[in-house]
Amino acid sequence: MPQHLRTLAGVDGEVTLDVNGSPTQRTVLDALEASYPTLRGTIRDHGTAKRRDFIRFFACGRDITLESPDDPLPEEVASGAEVFRIVGAMAGG
Amino acid sequence: MSGVRLLVGTKKGAFVMTSDGTRDDWSIEGPLFTGWEMYHLKGSPADPNRLYASQSTGWHGQVVQRSDDGGKTWEPVGNEFAYDGVPGTHQWYDGTQHPWEFARVWHLEPSLEDPDTVYAGVEDAALFRSTDGGQSWHELSGLRGHKSGENWQPGAGGLCLHTILINPDNPERIVVAISAAGAFRTDDGGETWQPINKGLRSRELPDEEREVGHCVHRIAMNPSRPETLFMQKHWHVMRSDDAGDSWQKVSGNLPSDFGFPISVHPHEPETVYVVPIESDSEHIPPEGKLRVYRSRTGGNEWEALTNGLPQENCYVNILRDAMDVDDLDPGGVYFGTTGGQVYASADGGDSWTAIVHDLPSVLSVEAQTLS
Repeated sequence: MPQHLRTLAGVDGEVTLDVNGSPTQRTVLDALEASYPTLRGTIRDHGTAKRRDFIRFFACGRDITLESPDDPLPEEVASGAEVFRIVGAMAGG
Repeated sequence: MSGVRLLVGTKKGAFVMTSDGTRDDWSIEGPLFTGWEMYHLKGSPADPNRLYASQSTGWHGQVVQRSDDGGKTWEPVGNEFAYDGVPGTHQWYDGTQHPWEFARVWHLEPSLEDPDTVYAGVEDAALFRSTDGGQSWHELSGLRGHKSGENWQPGAGGLCLHTILINPDNPERIVVAISAAGAFRTDDGGETWQPINKGLRSRELPDEEREVGHCVHRIAMNPSRPETLFMQKHWHVMRSDDAGDSWQKVSGNLPSDFGFPISVHPHEPETVYVVPIESDSEHIPPEGKLRVYRSRTGGNEWEALTNGLPQENCYVNILRDAMDVDDLDPGGVYFGTTGGQVYASADGGDSWTAIVHDLPSVLSVEAQTLS
């Protein structure tokens, strides 16, 4: 996660999450927000659950930001061998 | 021993500055929330150790922080600002209707009596209230639902609700101001609202009697005389002696009556401070001189306060929430600049010293008087 989100959540580096069912962007973020409620609204909009404009999602060396939030994540992420990366986009200023 | 705590919000974090009652020496803690835009921090009048802070970035949106120990430690509280019902639309720059969209909290105003009750003025303009210490927020939608709401149009800084004044004699009476809609008042605790813009003249508006559309930059009052309001409008300094029912221009001999902040002396309700800025198209001090102007006559007659302020090559701005007064005697006045200076006067503005020179651009300054 970006530094600001790690600070908000009070964590260092990676976090490990238990996800019910097949991991997708949506279920991973649901699990993340359930474990760290202070992150609600900082990655996705509260009401619509729409990704904030300057947040990107990477997995296995690919930018999967624009894939459906309900698509299964790569097996390497699901197994825990690879991380699901939440990235603050380069966006000026 | 009395003292003062300044809560300073900047574009890259917050700072807490403290001094004893002499206000000679200051300790500076910070930056807190480094890298975040800290639009506003304010303490509860009922419990000075209860502080609220508005924290945001373009990446991660809005966070609200709360401290229960005067700023030593903080915890994030609720950050969901959901408009009541179907949000509807307001006027956009091109004249079309645009959906109401929450952007950020501009101003936090704790209740005068209950530390757990706090109001939030937000962009797009709306007023929210929390009664559980910031954990949850609920819109007082009678304001945005006023029949003029669909005609509100953002100014250059966004459609922001930036001023919240709670009447100490009657907490059901609250005055708010919105750029660029105008000033509004409730007399029933926020259920219903009326525009209070009679007497405002905006040359950008062809209809001089228009009910809304006035770019109010800031309103201030002295708590001992809450029916008297002073307004720094886009252009013009105004006063009202009937809680906003009518306004009179009191710009008088100011070198420019454009500006952003306005404050009233803590013990002298006819003593008012403004910081004139060259114009709406330049946003710099006239003649490169940073001058606070003080009126001891409730407006019209103004004197420049320059002792200790840069009088050449100064081109900073002072934003609407970046000036405040303490409650000591003699009264202290404080302001922060877009150049990162925070100036303090412990003698009502007669002389000034810079507490700090090189902060990030200052967005807000609040003074807490500590006993």
